[in-house]
Amino acid sequence: MPSVIFYIFAAMMLVGGLMVVFMRNPVSSALSMVLSFLGLAGIFIGLNAYFVGILQILVYAGAIMVLFIFIIMLLDVKDEESHPRKGLALTAGVLIPVVLLIQLAGVLVTDEKSPSAPALSLDAAAEDYQQDSVIYKKLSSGSLPDIHLIGRKLFTEYNFPLQVIAVLLLVATVGCVALSRKSVAQDNHDKGSDIPDRG
Amino acid sequence: MPTPSLTEYLIISGLLFSIGLGGVIIRRNIIVIFMCLEMMLAAASLTLVAFSRFNVTDKGLPDYDGQMLVFFIITVAAAEVAVGLAIIVSLYRARQTIHTDELTSLKG
Repeated sequence: MPSVIFYIFAAMMLVGGLMVVFMRNPVSSALSMVLSFLGLAGIFIGLNAYFVGILQILVYAGAIMVLFIFIIMLLDVKDEESHPRKGLALTAGVLIPVVLLIQLAGVLVTDEKSPSAPALSLDAAAEDYQQDSVIYKKLSSGSLPDIHLIGRKLFTEYNFPLQVIAVLLLVATVGCVALSRKSVAQDNHDKGSDIPDRG
Repeated sequence: MPTPSLTEYLIISGLLFSIGLGGVIIRRNIIVIFMCLEMMLAAASLTLVAFSRFNVTDKGLPDYDGQMLVFFIITVAAAEVAVGLAIIVSLYRARQTIHTDELTSLKG
């Protein structure tokens, strides 16, 4: 990816991130986050990680942000204008990340010759796969079939983690249903308060 | 045409992480704090994808182990957001607020 495009996407990502922090209305924050994640997805695609880039857009910008906006509108949250910002929190919130960044920059500066992205050799990689497989055909025609490669890895080397993550998703689903149910005690209380009203 | 080096990817990843950390400290709205946490996770994913691309295997393909980890991070983040928002909704039901300044039950 040429540097110019990289900087455009990086600026998009960082400006979106700053807007998430400094917008007072939670809905604006959520929409700025979509902007930030679109920039991030652009950088992923520039790194030849097409699948992860698309996943970032589908899952984060598509699903998670819709969930956030849905909850914000459900709760009808007042914006923070009634709550003045505390100076201490603002100072700490600027200072601690800056210290972290200085530390990071100090480490990265010592690496005087930072590498550019090494070239991929698709033709050489194709020889490991069967002649009639999709991966072979795509690699020898000069395109990177990263979804096929990831899928292959996922169902062979990462088979056990995949099943663990499936159980995790099931547990999360059950947990959400259990959390959003009205509690039994509250239910009884509601019923109890109903009866005198009717009487 | 020049291409960005590994350091540039790591720097912007660190910047995104710092923005998220600053947001967690500054903001007082739990939903926005939660969004900033997601941003910090995304910054970690960017580091992993950059390392995956820059660590080309002997065969000449990117090292897909890094991208597998990103795949799992995204899945866990989706589950985490669903459960976290359910907790926030039940918190709002119980206390009628989601401002961290007003949630002081544990304060001595």
